[in-house]
Amino acid sequence: MSASNAVAQRPPAQTGKVRKTTFNEGTGRLAALLLSPTLIVLVLVVVYPILSALRESLYTSGQRIDESGFVIKGSEFVGLDNYAAIFSGETGERFWNAFYNTTFFTVTCVVLETVLGVAMALVMHKAFKGRSIVRASILVPWAIPTVVSALLWKWIFQADGAANALLGTQILWSTEGWQSVLSVIVADTWKTAPFIGLLVLAGLQTIPDEVYEAAKVDGASPFQTFLKITLPLVKPALLVAVLFRILDTLRIFDLPFVLVGPNKQSVETLSILAYLEANQTRYGPAAAYATLLFLYVAVVAFVFVKLLGADVLGDAVQKKKSKKGKDRDSAPPGVAMGSAAGMSGVGSGV
Amino acid sequence: MRFERSHARRAVALAVTSGLVLLASACGGDDGDSGGGGGAAGGALEGRGPITFATGKDTSGNLTNQVNAWNSQHPDEKVTVSELPESADQQRAQMIQNAQNQSDSFSVLNLDVVWTAEFAANRWVTELPEDQFPDLGKLLPSTVDTGKYRDKLYAVPVTSDGGLLYYRKDLLDKAGVKPPTTWAEMKDACAKVKALPEAKNINCYAGQFEKYEGLTVNFSEAINGAGGVVVGEDGKPNVDTPEALEGLNFLVDGFKSGMIPKAAITYQEEPGRRAFQEGNLLFHRNWPYVYALANKTDGSSKIAGKFAVAPLPGLKGAGVSTLGGHNYAISEFAKNKATAADFIKFMSSEERQKANVEKTSQAPTWASLYDDPALNKQFPYLAPLKASIESAKSRPKVVKYGDVTTAIQEAAYGALTGTTPPKDALAGLQTKLSTLITQ
Repeated sequence: MSASNAVAQRPPAQTGKVRKTTFNEGTGRLAALLLSPTLIVLVLVVVYPILSALRESLYTSGQRIDESGFVIKGSEFVGLDNYAAIFSGETGERFWNAFYNTTFFTVTCVVLETVLGVAMALVMHKAFKGRSIVRASILVPWAIPTVVSALLWKWIFQADGAANALLGTQILWSTEGWQSVLSVIVADTWKTAPFIGLLVLAGLQTIPDEVYEAAKVDGASPFQTFLKITLPLVKPALLVAVLFRILDTLRIFDLPFVLVGPNKQSVETLSILAYLEANQTRYGPAAAYATLLFLYVAVVAFVFVKLLGADVLGDAVQKKKSKKGKDRDSAPPGVAMGSAAGMSGVGSGV
Repeated sequence: MRFERSHARRAVALAVTSGLVLLASACGGDDGDSGGGGGAAGGALEGRGPITFATGKDTSGNLTNQVNAWNSQHPDEKVTVSELPESADQQRAQMIQNAQNQSDSFSVLNLDVVWTAEFAANRWVTELPEDQFPDLGKLLPSTVDTGKYRDKLYAVPVTSDGGLLYYRKDLLDKAGVKPPTTWAEMKDACAKVKALPEAKNINCYAGQFEKYEGLTVNFSEAINGAGGVVVGEDGKPNVDTPEALEGLNFLVDGFKSGMIPKAAITYQEEPGRRAFQEGNLLFHRNWPYVYALANKTDGSSKIAGKFAVAPLPGLKGAGVSTLGGHNYAISEFAKNKATAADFIKFMSSEERQKANVEKTSQAPTWASLYDDPALNKQFPYLAPLKASIESAKSRPKVVKYGDVTTAIQEAAYGALTGTTPPKDALAGLQTKLSTLITQ
């Protein structure tokens, strides 16, 4: 971080400018050459599928049957018809319902997970006997594949399952209504709060003890310390964790699909709609749903980064900032350090 | 220098691989052409050699024995089993993907009965000339019908499945009632059994009512059992009828009156089976596989030896089961189709089916096996099962079966949970099916 800042802030030297440019060009070319394998792989596994899905969403195929009962082959260009169909009539209602569910799950689950995750991190950070056992046990849910945890929770939430036995109720969790929504939220929070806990813990470990000592000397209460020191210093790591969770939860699929089941209005999400269309070999509409979800995720991520300044891009953002506001100079050293530490913590944590 | 060398090396490697790929694809292309040409020319199944059998995960454990029996007799035409996931949806997805790539890596496909229309209409499976399968006449006719699309044969039934009414023989005997043949008799039997002190809290009846394929099966059975149809013989939906309404009302009133426990709305096969095995159900509609499990004496079942099976009851007489089972078909893009056809004949033969029943209790399609005295002794449910399958009705044979079954589940679930009045549910379903099926 400090190195990149130094580069950015170095005043442009008047003398030897020509030489320096050639040097830069040379390293640039070498950098491009060295990066090209990575870029090619990225183009193949990221750009190509996205473009291919976009193209697919403009076509339809195999939807009509000829007189002798055979499906007419070949795909047909339909422009934006697949998108128009999503927003019209019954499908439109279904789409907006799924859109609402997706958003609701994202907001609720991420809020709960953040609160629990931070609490977990604070517990895991404390030095006490048996800390490693606590750490390991908190991380177990995160290590279980989602579908397996969905099956576990399905077993807990079945009519004669553990949930009803413990609560002394006869709730039918997998039926339409608040209960199925609640079951998905519980299962998702259980599974992914440890993820936030893990990233926040990594952030916590980089906060130097001196800061806390200073707070103690100043007579700050534990709550004040948490609010004024821990939270701001752990914020960069926390924001990255929250961003990851938001992006993840926006495409939530396996939990509602396995735990509650397909075609259940209460928990139907955008990913499920895309899956169901693809499963009926209607790849055009499925691609259209997937594209809409992709755009939604992209917009949310963009807004999140803009509003909260999550330091996902690391020093690139930092560089821009420091370039923009040179007179205001750089952010307080504590925050900059915190963000750098947060990023390195994330790296090691993941 | 270093760059150049590695470039050169990479180029050579690339050239070699692409050459190999070209070669391979050229070979594949040749063989595929001859095979495909044969298929299109009207069912000449040509080519002999090794083939692949794509099937869902074998939960019975006996498939290896069956395939080994073939392989030991046909060393030059070995069959390799390609095991797909256990979930039916994923099996279908993989088979479709394979077909859309026109890949020859699957030769014989193990299709669920409801997939026949889709695979046939998309020309993903080869039409089978009926004269090459002389044993078809010896299979139960209702099962052969599931392998047909628009009166042409595309798949041969190897296993079948039909619903059975499991009942607590001990309690019925004690209350002095005979196994019911109609829904009304079943209600009476429940009332009489519940009068017994030891069966005060037992629930009367459950099938599979969770929103999934099982609901389509149970809904169709209720409607067919009352003399209605979902989709008629002419292939047109005709579900908005008084008969269908009576059938649906049997289930809706069952939930309302408590004859069917509330929890049954979450039942797939397994939760229902557990409830029956725990002794919480007097009558239970399920498939034959439950018989062996419920009779286990290792403590997993509390009702071992205390139950029996009967054909499903209906409104005015015997009920109508929905037909399940699996058919074998040949992929359009397969090589060695003659071997594939022989393998299908082999697997559906009397000898193989008998061996399979003995080991797995899967329902055979070979009619005479149901009358085999030794088998009947081993599996006392064979007689009611034969009756069930013989009178069973297929689910709609439509290309977009997935949409049709979703529509049926939507309507049935709405009616059973009380969000839609039954009459409206059926009227809505009729409209929905009309648009889906005429497309």
